[in-house]
Amino acid sequence: MTGALGLAYWAETSIKLGVALIVIPTAALMLGYLFLLKMMAFMQSRLGPQDVGPYGTLQLIADAVKFLQKEDIHPAVADRRVFRAAPVVVLASSFLLFVVLPTGPDAVVENLDTGIFYAMAVSSLSVLGVLMAGWASANKYALLGGLRAAGQLIAYELPLILAVMGVVIQADSLNLQEIVRAQAEGEIFGFGLIGNPFILTQFIGFLIFMISAQAELTQTPFDMPVAETELVGGFHVEYTGFRFLLFFMAEVATAFAFSALATVMFLGGWWIPGFDFNAPVLNVLGPVVMLVKILVVAFIIFWIRFTYPRLREDQLQKFAWKVLIPLSLANIVVTGIFKVVL
Amino acid sequence: MPQLPGLLKGLGVTARTAMRTLFPKRGIRTLIPAPQQGSVTVQYPHEKEAPPDRARGVIALHEENCTACMLCSRSCPDWCIYIEGHKVKAPPRRAGGAVRSVNVVDRFDIDYALCMYCGICVEVCPFDALFWSPEYEYSEPHIADLLHDRIRLSEWMETVPEFLEYEPGSEQKVRKVPDFGTDDFAPARKLEAGS
Amino acid sequence: MSPPPTASALREQQAYVAAQAADARVNVELDTGDMTLNIGPQHPATHGTLRIACQLDGEQVISAEPLMGYMHRGYEKLCEVRTYPQCTTLINRIDWLGSFANEVPFILAAEQLMGVEAPPRAQWIRTILFELSRIANVSLFLGDMGVQVGALTPVFFAFRDRERVLNQIEEVTGGRFHPNFDRIGGLKDDIPRGWIAETHAVMAKMRGFCDEMEDLLMGNEIFQTRCRSVGVIPGDVALSYGLSGANLRASGVDWDLRRDANPGLAWDQVDWRVWTHPDGDSFARYWVRLQETREATKIVDQLLDGIPSGPIMAKVPRIIKVPAGEAYVSTENPLGEMGYYVVSKGGLGPFRVKIRTPSFSNISVVPWVMRGTYVPDIITILGSLYFILGDIDR
Repeated sequence: MTGALGLAYWAETSIKLGVALIVIPTAALMLGYLFLLKMMAFMQSRLGPQDVGPYGTLQLIADAVKFLQKEDIHPAVADRRVFRAAPVVVLASSFLLFVVLPTGPDAVVENLDTGIFYAMAVSSLSVLGVLMAGWASANKYALLGGLRAAGQLIAYELPLILAVMGVVIQADSLNLQEIVRAQAEGEIFGFGLIGNPFILTQFIGFLIFMISAQAELTQTPFDMPVAETELVGGFHVEYTGFRFLLFFMAEVATAFAFSALATVMFLGGWWIPGFDFNAPVLNVLGPVVMLVKILVVAFIIFWIRFTYPRLREDQLQKFAWKVLIPLSLANIVVTGIFKVVL
Repeated sequence: MPQLPGLLKGLGVTARTAMRTLFPKRGIRTLIPAPQQGSVTVQYPHEKEAPPDRARGVIALHEENCTACMLCSRSCPDWCIYIEGHKVKAPPRRAGGAVRSVNVVDRFDIDYALCMYCGICVEVCPFDALFWSPEYEYSEPHIADLLHDRIRLSEWMETVPEFLEYEPGSEQKVRKVPDFGTDDFAPARKLEAGS
Repeated sequence: MSPPPTASALREQQAYVAAQAADARVNVELDTGDMTLNIGPQHPATHGTLRIACQLDGEQVISAEPLMGYMHRGYEKLCEVRTYPQCTTLINRIDWLGSFANEVPFILAAEQLMGVEAPPRAQWIRTILFELSRIANVSLFLGDMGVQVGALTPVFFAFRDRERVLNQIEEVTGGRFHPNFDRIGGLKDDIPRGWIAETHAVMAKMRGFCDEMEDLLMGNEIFQTRCRSVGVIPGDVALSYGLSGANLRASGVDWDLRRDANPGLAWDQVDWRVWTHPDGDSFARYWVRLQETREATKIVDQLLDGIPSGPIMAKVPRIIKVPAGEAYVSTENPLGEMGYYVVSKGGLGPFRVKIRTPSFSNISVVPWVMRGTYVPDIITILGSLYFILGDIDR
């Protein structure tokens, strides 16, 4: 696919790379500041950071600088190469997720035909990094955390993908742009003004997707791999400074990416009702609309994180296998029947 | 009435708290976010918390009343009060009376690095020479500077609040903080200087 | 739906699982090796420096042994070289969250030896402060239990609202944490004007806090799945391990020293009830503490309205010498039964003091209750048993 501006491949690629390198840390910073610092503080009758920058906006940058100053410590018996590679793997997986996220008719890094498949595959990579970190730290807490993460992956990757299947069936495509188009051009009972955001027809799918995403992101009801009070941080217990920063960034950036995925698949993506689907102006307005929707979804993710206690590992497995997977299978069946009948 | 699931109720509690923190104002100004008023925290270096009057912050010494009787020093559970004194002769109170001998404090140090803030010294003082002040800002970078000498301890007298009235039904008498007049400060010492 | 397993059935089941795990270790082919996991001394779940040495098979606990003493401060010995007024300074550092309650049994024991009784006004104010320190202590547990099972927000609510109670304590005693306000024969000072009305307002706020905790945490289904039938202690086991306080009442034993052995404070003057729960699991312990906090606010409200007038100090000599003899007085402290066995030989200070602290006995049940549970349950059980490190190690 050639870009809208008709640039050479190398120029386009480097522009995309540059944008990605700016967008991803900014996204992580924004989510971190808005929700992790400020919203959590307000929910707890506090003010949150105040002193660094206006309203404490630069707090996370100051934190990052602090992390960079810290000594890079390896445990004596750690498997050094794996230990060093782990945070990079985790961060890489969240970076790769951003590749397929469409934010406008042409504003997408790479419009893959199997976009959703790619996104699901790449997001599972992070667990590999987590397992590497847990193993290589040579720490019992880290090992337990890593093992829990692996168990959680198997339990939650399934409902996640099955929830997506409903959307794919309804949109007839694995391509994320096509999914947005299907929502934009769809109609509900002949009423097509706002298109057909799949959250209306795939509400159960949306719920399952959000729950599984919460588990995938190791956010609170399912944060056993981290489990501050049990495993003292789980897989990243031995990491300090720069490498810990990578884990932290990956965590928030992945939350951003998953909110974006949910937006694209269930909330109508970047399309604005009333506009032509290919209107070039949407390349500018689309990202803004996306951002607003992403913030709404991320708000829910973090709201739940700050409110709920965490489940136990076996309870999580029970919940995944006995509730979520049957439910999502039923969802697929029902969607398929409707697809064939209507 | 059917019960809301606890999961939703919990979300409601956190959301309500966030709204209360963000929009504490009532009436027409409800929509103005004012987290500074809504939050319960005190932004310490910018604003200060006012401890209650009885708060045990720092011990003030009314040197004029001290007779170096050592009662406080001896009753201190961790022995952090250091007192030295000597006697001076003072003229008789009434004409024709005997010459009195008065104790003068040479050294009255409290080591706040050791002090447990129990208040026993203030309580045992029979001459109303020690008082609690709610002042709390006297941390030091060096531990040795936490030893306050009698000059420093006397300076705290300015911050001592008046004793509080009691609830009805009490038979306690409200005590008075002695006046801190700079003129007649430590008359015994002046006496010594004059003699 | 089948009825929930009874405590003993659950216990048997856990023992069976543990036995299976132990067998697996003997069987060489299945031997996956045990892992020794030290929870503590530096661990966020141990509120300080308790160490629990766990033998794990996977995530299952084969044995757990609490090892204490990392924070031993030798208060029993220190008391022997201090006078009675000096001792109160030390002992209100034992259970630092409910420190006024620590002073009361010691003072009562000394009063008993001297044959002095504090005037009624002093007794009422003592009871009020006692209950206030109970609220300050237990309300922190109500939030902290949330952190133990992974909810971030409740503990901030707890710190926020507990601060109001601490402010009330500070306004009377001058100390937020270490009041050192109780004296042999009465109290150090009377309450300042306006305090009663303020405290009424704070008690209303604390009831609001309890409701909030009920909505935010106790009613939460996730919290319930984490806590229900986890760490079940049947009543007979609880008694045999010497548990006391809310831990015992949560096992269905109706036992409260405030009602059963009131050592002269004003509890018998007001209307209140003792809460028990039959289940004996972690949830029951949380539930009982929540109800007790509510009950304590009601006790305080009633006491505030009925403070008798009069002096706050009985006639005692300025230099206190306690006649020779022995006395043991215990009260129902926030954590359970706290008692002082004071031996006097007639000197200025006690000859020997034995301190019976509730947390020490409460965690003694840990090896029994933790066998066969999972690692996350260790934290739930530890959190719900609710100990203060200073109270264990003294």
